[in-house]
Amino acid sequence: MKSLTRNVWSAAVAVSMTFTASAALAEGHTADVYAPYAGTTLVVNFPAHPHYNAVLEVLPQFTEETGIEVEVDQLQYLKMRERQTLELTKDEGDYDLISYVVFSKADYVFADQLENLAKYFMNPKLANPNYDANDLIDGYVQNIGVAGGEKGYLPGPTGSLFGIPFGSETSVLAYRKDIFEKHGIEVPQNYDQLLEVACQIPKVEPGMGGMASRAASGHQASHAFLLHLAPLGGRVFDEQWNPIINNEAGVAAANALKTIVDCGPEGSQTFGPAEAAASFKQGSSAMFMDSIAFAAGFEDPSQSTVAGKVGYALHPEGVRRGSQTGGFGIGIPSNAQNKEAAFLLMQWLTSKEGDLAVAMAGGNPSRFSTYQNAELNEKYPYSATFGEALKYADPDWRPIIPTWGKINADIGTTMSQVLTEGLDPQEALDGVAERARAVMEEAGYYTWQ
Amino acid sequence: MSTARANRLTPYLFLAPAGIVLLVALFYPICYMIYASFLDWNPSQRIGEADFVGIRNYTKLFSDDAFRESMWVTLKFAAIVVTLEMVIGVGLAMLLDRNIRGMSLLRTLFILPMMIAPIVVGLMWRYMYHPTVGIFNQTLESWGFAPIPWLSDGGWAFTSVIIADVWQWTPFIFILSLAALQSLPSSAIEASKIDGATGWQQIIYIKLPLMLPVLIVTLLLRLIDSFKVLEVILVMTNGGPGLSTEILSIRINRTASEFRELGEAAAMSNLLLIVLLILTFAMFIYNKAQEIRAERMRAAEEEA
Repeated sequence: MKSLTRNVWSAAVAVSMTFTASAALAEGHTADVYAPYAGTTLVVNFPAHPHYNAVLEVLPQFTEETGIEVEVDQLQYLKMRERQTLELTKDEGDYDLISYVVFSKADYVFADQLENLAKYFMNPKLANPNYDANDLIDGYVQNIGVAGGEKGYLPGPTGSLFGIPFGSETSVLAYRKDIFEKHGIEVPQNYDQLLEVACQIPKVEPGMGGMASRAASGHQASHAFLLHLAPLGGRVFDEQWNPIINNEAGVAAANALKTIVDCGPEGSQTFGPAEAAASFKQGSSAMFMDSIAFAAGFEDPSQSTVAGKVGYALHPEGVRRGSQTGGFGIGIPSNAQNKEAAFLLMQWLTSKEGDLAVAMAGGNPSRFSTYQNAELNEKYPYSATFGEALKYADPDWRPIIPTWGKINADIGTTMSQVLTEGLDPQEALDGVAERARAVMEEAGYYTWQ
Repeated sequence: MSTARANRLTPYLFLAPAGIVLLVALFYPICYMIYASFLDWNPSQRIGEADFVGIRNYTKLFSDDAFRESMWVTLKFAAIVVTLEMVIGVGLAMLLDRNIRGMSLLRTLFILPMMIAPIVVGLMWRYMYHPTVGIFNQTLESWGFAPIPWLSDGGWAFTSVIIADVWQWTPFIFILSLAALQSLPSSAIEASKIDGATGWQQIIYIKLPLMLPVLIVTLLLRLIDSFKVLEVILVMTNGGPGLSTEILSIRINRTASEFRELGEAAAMSNLLLIVLLILTFAMFIYNKAQEIRAERMRAAEEEA
């Protein structure tokens, strides 16, 4: 896998070196900044993900401008996480820059495996004064980059930056414009309307499911449940880490998910994100509410039968607006061997120009200015809606703490029992809360109470 | 050093490489796993940094409902698949124990499922069970029946993984039973024919008892294997819906990678290892008992 990726990568570099004559991002003075690092080869670990495929297209530009070579090791994201877990415990790591899944933040920072970025941004030889960090999407930075503040995993007066969002995503509602028009259905603005439309579709369009959702036992069912929990006003824990997942909002979220799955396409109880997206692409479902990363696939006629017929709207409002935040960030491992050059690559990729270049190649923007870019909106008309959705992105829609893996899996399997075995939602969530409390107790979250 | 002593040591010298390989490849990992099961160890730590927690991982397991559930699912799964596979495999062997043209080709065809990589088997069945485009539901619908929630209902999902496992592993029992049948002494069968035994009587009183040693070993091999099955179920259901198909090896896998509790995963693996060791000892003792019995019978014959 690794060598294959490297071969493909070298080939890509060779081709682009030949054909990329333009150096759109090059500015005269930058050469001096990069000069000490020219000839360095950075080894980076990226997931196999549409965003990072776009990054691969843009990287040759970086090499050309800076003389820093980049070797990419691309892996499926859960495999990538496993590899990193081992890699980061070594004395001298192989990776100079890693992309990490948002829920890895807690593990890596807790184990002191990611560099605190302050010292790089303080270094005048490295930090670009025109970087404009205010332009980075705030919800993403809070969710993916910062740790050590409130509740430990959120920003706050004691927090610091360990990564920069890159390939991050939020949730939007994708719907079939043609079907909605045909039956005079309004685009749902709130959860009542959403659930009503979800169950109306199968009646007016026999054979078609209302909304395709993840629901497979484990992580997927948990993800789907949490997606509704935040807008419906719920949280997994209160401020003192007491589980409140079984309150009214929690039950409402479980019922919402059950309604959506019951009125969804056939077999949706076992859908993962790919199956749910496929169901929407094949026209078997009228709605799909999940990450923005899927939009490019819906609009690609070579894999989607609904290209051009899809409308995008904000994640409907419950008692509040709260779309998910997730995806990836990039950070420098503590055991990296070329940390400064890695920072330069990181800064370059997430700069205004870099972010736009990646977005134009099909990636997810990390900056507000990229979403407002006219050229991008012309190429991907849904960009404006996505930019709007990001204003409501909720960085705290799921806790990012070291015990989360276990609690997440428990929510997921229990939710799957609600969806497939008719387990009562209140009873199910009471069980989850009780077990979560035991896990938290053991991990020492109630030491100070 | 005297020659005699050198001579005595020579065999050990020759055994040493094998001993070292065994030590490094077998005992080291097992001891490592046993040691790890006493630690509170998450994968972001090196083993040296993990805290020693005594038998906490084990006590936690026994009070963990999800673990008990997956133990129960594993036992249920192993019992059902092995019974079905034995009945079908031995039955097929009985049916095909005759001179049919192209028998060797047929035999190869029958054992094909066994040769396919488990991940592929899992994917294949998952697509066949697909709620809308899968062959089973399409066929059912074209015949006017309601579709079946193969993988999306707890009970059906359990049935579905059993069907897939039986499909893949019955040939193993079939091929071993057939070999056993064909090596039975023809004299005993001919004698029974002369005494007027019917086909059923031949099977029940002659063939099955004579095949028994092979059948027991086959049964135990399959039982051990069915306790460890992972890939097919992982691909088909990933343990869901709920915990309905979460067999022990999936639980171990999730504990290590999702829950990041390497110590607990090691404790579970040790428990699984103990169950398998008991089965293996049972197999060993049975073999020993058989040998002793045969020895005695031979001795008795010689005396007579």
